[in-house]
Amino acid sequence: MKNNRFIVLAGLLAIVAVVYYFATNVDQVDEEDAKMKVAFVYLTNPGDHGWTYAHEVGRLQVQEHFGDKVETSYVENVPEGPDATRVIRELAQNGNDMIFTTSFGYMEPTLKVAKEFPNIKFDHITGYMRAENMATGNIRFYEGRYVQGVVAGLTTKSNKIGYVAAFPIPEVIQGINSFAQGLKSVNKDATISVVWANTWYDPVKEGDAAKVLIAEGADVLAQHTDSPSMLQTAEKAGVHGFGQSSDMHEFAPSAQLFASVNNWGPYYIAQIEKAMDGSWTTGEGPDHWAGNTWKGLSDDFLVLSDFKNMPSSVAKAAQDARDGIADGSINIFSGPMMDNEGNQILASGEVLDDAGLWAMNYYVDGVIGKIPN
Amino acid sequence: MFYLVPRNEIPLSFRITIPIISVVLTIICGFFIFSVLGYEPDKALYHFFISPLSRVDKIADLFVKACPLMIIGTGLVLCFRANIWNIGAEGQLIMGAIFAGALALYFPNTQSIWLLPFMAILAFLGGAFWALIPALLKIKLRTNEILVTLMLTYVASLFLDWLVRGPWRSPTSFGFPLTAYYPDVGLISKIYFPGIGYISQLHWGVIMAILICLFCWFTMEKTIFGFQFKLIGDSPKALRFSGFNESNTTLSIFIISGGLAGLAGMIEVSANIGQLQPNISFGYGFTAIIVAFLARLNPAAVIISALLIALIEVGGDSAQIALAIPKVVTGVFKGILLFFLLAGETLTKYEIKYNFNLQSKTND
Amino acid sequence: MIDALILTILMTSVPLILAATGELVVERSGVLNLGLEGMMLMGAVSAFALTYTSGSLLVGLLAGVISGCLTAAIFGFFVLGLATNQVATGLALTIFGTGLSGLIGSDFVGKAVTGLPILFPESFSNIPFIGVFFALDIIAYLSVLIVFIVWIFLFKTKYGLILRASGISHTSSHSLGYKVLTVRWCAVLFGGMMAGLAGAYLPLMLTPHWSEGMTSGRGWIALALVVFASWMPSRIIYGAVLFGAITIMQLAGQARGWTIPPQFLSSLPYIATIFVLVLISSRGSAKYLAPSDLTRPFIASK
Repeated sequence: MKNNRFIVLAGLLAIVAVVYYFATNVDQVDEEDAKMKVAFVYLTNPGDHGWTYAHEVGRLQVQEHFGDKVETSYVENVPEGPDATRVIRELAQNGNDMIFTTSFGYMEPTLKVAKEFPNIKFDHITGYMRAENMATGNIRFYEGRYVQGVVAGLTTKSNKIGYVAAFPIPEVIQGINSFAQGLKSVNKDATISVVWANTWYDPVKEGDAAKVLIAEGADVLAQHTDSPSMLQTAEKAGVHGFGQSSDMHEFAPSAQLFASVNNWGPYYIAQIEKAMDGSWTTGEGPDHWAGNTWKGLSDDFLVLSDFKNMPSSVAKAAQDARDGIADGSINIFSGPMMDNEGNQILASGEVLDDAGLWAMNYYVDGVIGKIPN
Repeated sequence: MFYLVPRNEIPLSFRITIPIISVVLTIICGFFIFSVLGYEPDKALYHFFISPLSRVDKIADLFVKACPLMIIGTGLVLCFRANIWNIGAEGQLIMGAIFAGALALYFPNTQSIWLLPFMAILAFLGGAFWALIPALLKIKLRTNEILVTLMLTYVASLFLDWLVRGPWRSPTSFGFPLTAYYPDVGLISKIYFPGIGYISQLHWGVIMAILICLFCWFTMEKTIFGFQFKLIGDSPKALRFSGFNESNTTLSIFIISGGLAGLAGMIEVSANIGQLQPNISFGYGFTAIIVAFLARLNPAAVIISALLIALIEVGGDSAQIALAIPKVVTGVFKGILLFFLLAGETLTKYEIKYNFNLQSKTND
Repeated sequence: MIDALILTILMTSVPLILAATGELVVERSGVLNLGLEGMMLMGAVSAFALTYTSGSLLVGLLAGVISGCLTAAIFGFFVLGLATNQVATGLALTIFGTGLSGLIGSDFVGKAVTGLPILFPESFSNIPFIGVFFALDIIAYLSVLIVFIVWIFLFKTKYGLILRASGISHTSSHSLGYKVLTVRWCAVLFGGMMAGLAGAYLPLMLTPHWSEGMTSGRGWIALALVVFASWMPSRIIYGAVLFGAITIMQLAGQARGWTIPPQFLSSLPYIATIFVLVLISSRGSAKYLAPSDLTRPFIASK
């Protein structure tokens, strides 16, 4: 009986040895290509029709823009943690010149690998840490939500707006507050009820949250989660809603008013072009907002899909709001601004800077309830 | 119709060949799956099974990935041998990480080298505490441990979620669900090889995992303590005759397996992540069940089986990077491998007899 | 407004009722199938794929039922045919089913179908107080009917008695001349059909599109529900509605400004299940205990 174990071990070791022999004799990845190789790391399957899908659209735009000059690839379903470190490193080893990591949770892994490969350019989406060869990029998602607020305020009859949100992080809170500012600019009586789904992506739960909000009387819904299921629910219940990340018109032809579409293509194309001509930089160093690319409607990083299911007067108001944000005549967070507990955040004439945006931990006036924790 | 007859003795050749045949059959299945999906099967299999072995640093990555699987798998081998179905190692892992994390976060500025050992002890206690609940319920009330351990896994993971989003969230994380970083003395360092430097992420936790496996193997095979563990599974009556207390044995098995899972959680966080976040485990506790089975319930073989499962996981990423094969194929592979292994288990335990006369089948 | 909330709770509980009822029958026969999540996902993807390609909801529902049944047959082959360990085989089935459903479904991501219609005319649902019970789809009514039939079958028929006997003591059942394996095969396949139907309900009713791993743990909740119901069919309905209410109230509570941590509410079904387990174990009343031969493989002697 004792011998058996050793035979098993020996057998397996022999297999490993044989495999290893062949492995080391197989030719390595072909070296030095004239093409620039760019890789993307995705959190989910690009078919989610939300966050990752928008990045995939951006990748395809890159491919179309550069044609033969750039070769792109992606890795999907990469969990945020040690696995991400391994995957990013493997991409670096496989001869990629530039790697985009498209979820907040890749921040530490990207930083780790960036330090190991100083000659490769890393670009992390939505994070706040940078390095010599690691840049960050983000979209001013909240700008689109102001326009949503305007449309919601002019569309609602019950004056109750439902908002399905993922997690109480600044990006999401910015969106809720921006929506509220837009809402209040046209309708002083409407209020926003927020439901935290505590997930970015759980279609059934998002649908449940939407049903609950409709049951509570909401007739316009907004979402900061990724699946189209809130809009599908709205469609069935005969209320209205806004699409997230990509145009979700097909899922809710008569419910979607419009969608804020994350348009990563221009950012990716610009960064790759800079990498090609040598002007790619990451700002002054880590932990400064200065080195961050953060743009919105004015640079087409965020685009709005066609205004539908609304009278032309509302569409016009929406267009005006959009243009106002883009040309700077509307400043979303400008004083006087109160939080929903009656404290003054901004005095008349003051505006919120980027640092203030990232420190948001309050609801502005018009939002019901408290931020959890 | 075929039916099963228990074997009196398990043939030597079976013990050796079954795991190997299972792996080979899985690979053959993979060949067909890739052909059907329209990938070149030879290339796909190369990236799945061979490319992760093609360089030293990639092999180091395998060990890093296998590290928690080895530690948890060893604990589960003890359980399963004793016929105790602890399938909540995932939850015990999380509790271990939380206990260790509490210490690290309570002393953010400490320089003491004692932090890490105490974190390890707390992690063991945390995992053991979480395993103690089903253990006591099983002993005192004969409650089914499969269900309790499974339920507690979800409770633990929600508890961690609440901690990192609420009370333990770092004030400097811009509201993102992350705790503060552990102090440097609370991290497990990478192994420095003189003249070579670091090899990928290979860290001291891996060495510890291998030592734990070997220690458990030694205890199981060579000591009276291990003998008692085997007896409780094979024949509880004999255990009582030989003077051991069944309850105490059950209790210690739960404590050891839960504690080891907790330790794995602490090592994973301290070596690879450096802070707590909502997800720290990615199903290691469940995957370790496959590892324990693949090792045919032998703690020493756990080392190899954990590496093999790590190979499939890592290979899944490699195949995706190289050939854009969807990640879900990894799950299909793991499932098929486990199916073959389980079927192999049957072949070693039973003889399969054929009988075309259905009448005589059920009669004596 | 309350009506709409109740309706949401009822719809959330339908897949739980279906999957748990199937699993209850399986466990009553002495088999523990931890592969619920895998079977549900296979049911969900097949139902969606066939509804999308054929345009017929009926075809889709049938596909869900059949593929749940086939997935359960894999489980049956190993657990009953080869007497493998039930816990490990069930987990393997979940891993396998999650992977395979993702693979099959990759061509159907981002497509939409029209969900199941409401069974009764809309005017019925405007009846005060009870109107909400007329606002459901056919599967919801079917699920309650199935629970009733299973109860009749288990406790009022001879075959039900045989099934329960093989769960309590397969050796005695065998020596009385009953075919334990055949009984368990039927139970496992029935469990698969129910899980497949439960899975089909998600992409056809709750949220009419397919996405990878869309059950997100509902299979495990259903498993908890069987225990929570202490293996009694009628209690599955209360339990499912209670679990559904917890899920919905944690969302509705937020909309009304409650400040209970959502994680606490999410963990309630699991904690409640452990509590029920402890309660029935300590009472020791045999009627509500787990079938005593649960997870023990049966090998016909010679």
